[in-house]
Amino acid sequence: MIAESGHYALVLALGLALIQSFVPVIGARVKDPALMNMSRSTAIAQFVFVLLSFGALILLHVLSDFSVVNVYENSHSLKPLIYKITGVWGNHEGSMLLWVFILSLFGALVAIFGVNLPLSLRAHVLAVQAWIATAFYLFILLTSNPFLRIANPPLEGRDLNPILQDPGLAVHPPMLYLGYVGFSISFSFAIAALIEGRIDAAWARWVRPWTLMAWIFLTLGIAMGSYWAYYELGWGGWWFWDPVENASLMPWLAGTALLHSAVVMEKREALKIWTVLLAILTFSLSLLGTFLVRSGVLTSVHAFATDPRRGVFILMILCVFIGGSLSFYAWRAASLKQGGLFAPISREGALVLNNLLLTTACATVFIGTLYPLALEVVTGERISVGAPFFNLTFAPLFLPLLLAVPFGPLLAWKRGDLVGAAQRLMVAGVVALVTIAIVWAWQRGGSAFAPLAIGLAMFVILGAAVDIAERVKLFRAPFATSWSRATGLPRSTWGTAFAHAGLGIALIGIVCESTWNIEHIATMRLNDTAQLGSYSATFDGMTSRQGPNYREDIATFTIRQGGALVGMMTPSKRSFTTRGMSTTEAALMTRGVSQLYISLGAADPNGSITARIYYKPLVLLIWFGPVLMAFGGMLSLSDRRLRVGAPKPARPKLSGLAQPAE
Amino acid sequence: MTRKQRRLTMIAGALAVLAVAAALVLNAMRSSIMFFTTPGKIAEQHIAPGTKFRLGGLVEQGSLVRGDQLKVNFEVTDGSAKVPVAFQGILPDLFREGQGVISEGSLDSSGVFHADTVLAKHDETYMPKAVADELKKEGHWKDDYGSASKSKYGKTSAADAPGAVR
Repeated sequence: MIAESGHYALVLALGLALIQSFVPVIGARVKDPALMNMSRSTAIAQFVFVLLSFGALILLHVLSDFSVVNVYENSHSLKPLIYKITGVWGNHEGSMLLWVFILSLFGALVAIFGVNLPLSLRAHVLAVQAWIATAFYLFILLTSNPFLRIANPPLEGRDLNPILQDPGLAVHPPMLYLGYVGFSISFSFAIAALIEGRIDAAWARWVRPWTLMAWIFLTLGIAMGSYWAYYELGWGGWWFWDPVENASLMPWLAGTALLHSAVVMEKREALKIWTVLLAILTFSLSLLGTFLVRSGVLTSVHAFATDPRRGVFILMILCVFIGGSLSFYAWRAASLKQGGLFAPISREGALVLNNLLLTTACATVFIGTLYPLALEVVTGERISVGAPFFNLTFAPLFLPLLLAVPFGPLLAWKRGDLVGAAQRLMVAGVVALVTIAIVWAWQRGGSAFAPLAIGLAMFVILGAAVDIAERVKLFRAPFATSWSRATGLPRSTWGTAFAHAGLGIALIGIVCESTWNIEHIATMRLNDTAQLGSYSATFDGMTSRQGPNYREDIATFTIRQGGALVGMMTPSKRSFTTRGMSTTEAALMTRGVSQLYISLGAADPNGSITARIYYKPLVLLIWFGPVLMAFGGMLSLSDRRLRVGAPKPARPKLSGLAQPAE
Repeated sequence: MTRKQRRLTMIAGALAVLAVAAALVLNAMRSSIMFFTTPGKIAEQHIAPGTKFRLGGLVEQGSLVRGDQLKVNFEVTDGSAKVPVAFQGILPDLFREGQGVISEGSLDSSGVFHADTVLAKHDETYMPKAVADELKKEGHWKDDYGSASKSKYGKTSAADAPGAVR
C-alpha cells in the first residue's frame, strides 16, 4: 500500500503541476487575481504530495520492503538505518525523486514568501516552475518509477553500492540538488520577466536572494563531494576534472557570474539583458549536469550501465527547455529597456570583467567536457580530455580573475579610480611580494609557480581585508569610530569580504597540497617504518572484524613526530559480501590544517601489506575556503535588504524611517 | 566617452578574452588530449613510442605477474591481439584478471606499454563503455560480460559516487 500511495501522490502532483502550468498564465492574460492566486495553492499542494511520495519511498527503504524493485536493488536488511535512508537517493529513481522534491520545495517557498511580489510576476514564476516540474514528473513516472513492484519478492536485497555507504551520501547529493534546482527559481524569474517584457531593480532584488541561496548550497555541495572523493576513494586526490564533477562546476561558475551581475542590476539597473541570459544559462547548465549524470552518456568511470530511453527523455527535456528559453530570449530580449551608463573602469566594469572571465572559464570546461562526446558521435573517434587540458585552459583564465578580485570592491560605481584603488591595495601588494620572496627562499629556489600562486592568494585575502579596513577607516580614525563603523557595515559587505578571502584560502590549500604533498607507496612488513617529512609511520599489524554487512581488515600504524608518539592510524579494507566488492577506508590524521593520509592496497598472505601514505600540507584549506565562501554568502543573505521575503512594504506610520540606507 | 565608445571598449575587451580562451583551448587540444585505442588497433595506427594514449581491453587470464617494489606486469587483450603492460604502483581494488581495464601511458621501443595510471571497472557489473563497444564491434562480446548491465535495474549512478575511481 505504501508504494501505491507514493506513486499515486506523485501522479496527483503531476496533475497539480499541469493546472499550475496553464491557469496562472491565463489568469495573468485576463487579469483575474483569483486565477493568478491559484498558483499559490497548487504550488503548496504539489509540495505536500511530493513530500508524501518521497516519504513513502523513505519508509519503504527503512522497512526493507523488497517487493519494491528500487528497494531490492539498492538495500539490504542488515544495512545500518542511516544508509537505508540515504540509500533512497543513492540510486537513479530515488535521486530523481529527490530532485523533484526539492523543486516543489522551492516552488512552495516562492508561494509562501513571495507575498509581496507583484501578482502577475508571481503567477508567471510559479507557472514556469510548474513547466519544469511537469517535465520531471513525467520523466519519473514514465521511465524511472521508484515504486515498481516485483511479482515474486526476494527475501534479501542486493545492497547499496559500498562506495555509497558513507555519511557523505547523506549530505552531498541533497546539497548539490539544492544548488542545481535552486537555480530554477532564477530561471523562472527570468522567463517571467521576458513574458511580462518588464524588468527592473526590484526584480533583481527578488532574484538575488534565491540565486545566493542556490549558490551557497552548490558551493557547499561541491566542496563536500570533493572531500568525500578525497577520503573515500583512497587515492588522496580531491578533484579529477571528471565530467561528473565538471557538470556541477559549470553551473557554479555561471551562478557565480549571475550573482555578481544581479548586483549591478539591482544597484545600477544596468546589464539587464545579460543578467536574464545568465539566469537562463545557469539553469540550463544545471539541466545539462542532470542530463550528463543521469543519462549515462559519459565514458567516465562514473557512468554505469544505463537505459537509453532515459537518456533520450532527458535530452528532450534539455532541448525543449534550453532551446525554448533561448529562442524566447532572442525574441523578447529586445523589449527590455537598457539603462545605467558606466565607464569601463568602475565597479560595474569590474563586475563585467568578472562575468566575462567566469563565463569564459565556464565555456572552456564546457568544451573540455562535451568535446569528447561530440567527437565520438560525429566521427566515432574516442579521446579523453583530462586534467592537463583544464590546467592549460581553466587556470590561465582564473589567474587574471583572482588578480582583479581585490580591485572590484574598491572601485566606485559608475566611474572608478583605478590608481586610487591600486594605492589602497599597496599594503596587500607589498605583503604579497614579501610572501613570494619568503616562500621562494624557504623552498630554496626551484619552480616559481608555488611562491607566485601563494603570493596571489595572499593578495586576494589581504585585498578583502583592505576593503573592510578602508570602509571602517581603520587606523585613520579612533578605534571606537572604526568599531562602530564596522558594526554598521551592511552584512553584504562583510559577506563579500569573507567570500573573496575564501577564494584566496582555497588557492593556498590547492597550491600547497599539489606542490609539497609527500607520497610514500610501499609494501610494508610488520614493524616497517615509513618516513614522511618529520613524521614516521610504523606498521603494527592487522586485525579483522565483522561489520553489519561487511568484513573489515584493519591495519594499525603508529605515528611519531621526531620520535614523540602522536597517535595511531587505522586504515582498513572492507569486503561487502552481497555485491562481492571491496572498498578502501582511508585513515586521516589532522595536524593543524595539514593531514596524514593512509590507504591500503593489497594484503599479502605473508603478513605484509601495500600502503599509500601521504603527508598533505595545508590540505584542509582547500575545503575551508569554500566553507568561508558559503559563510560569506549566508552573511549576505541575512542582510536585511536581501532577506528572503523581505523587504516588506513599510507600514504607513513608519514610512520614511523603515527605508534601509543604500 | 560616448555610449558608443564605451560599448566598443566592452566588446573589444570581451573579444580579446574570448580570443585568448580560444587560443588556450586549441593549444591544450593539441598537446593534452589522449586517444583511446585497443590492442588490435595499435599496429594499424602506427602509434609512435612515447605518445601518450589510453589502452582499453580485458586483462588476459594468467598474465598478471607481481614484482618487487609494487611493479606489476600484465597483458591487455581485445581478443585479436595482446599488449604487455608494465605498471608500478597500487592497482585499483577492482582490478582482476579477465576483467575490463583502461590504462594510460605510452609504448616504449620494444612494444611494452608503460602505464602511468590504471583504471579498473567500478563494480562487477560495469565495464568501461569504450571497452564494451570495442569488444562488441570486434565480435568478442560475451553475454556474461554485461549480464548485469542487461538486467534492467542494476545500476548505481554517477552523481552518487564521488569523484572518479582510479
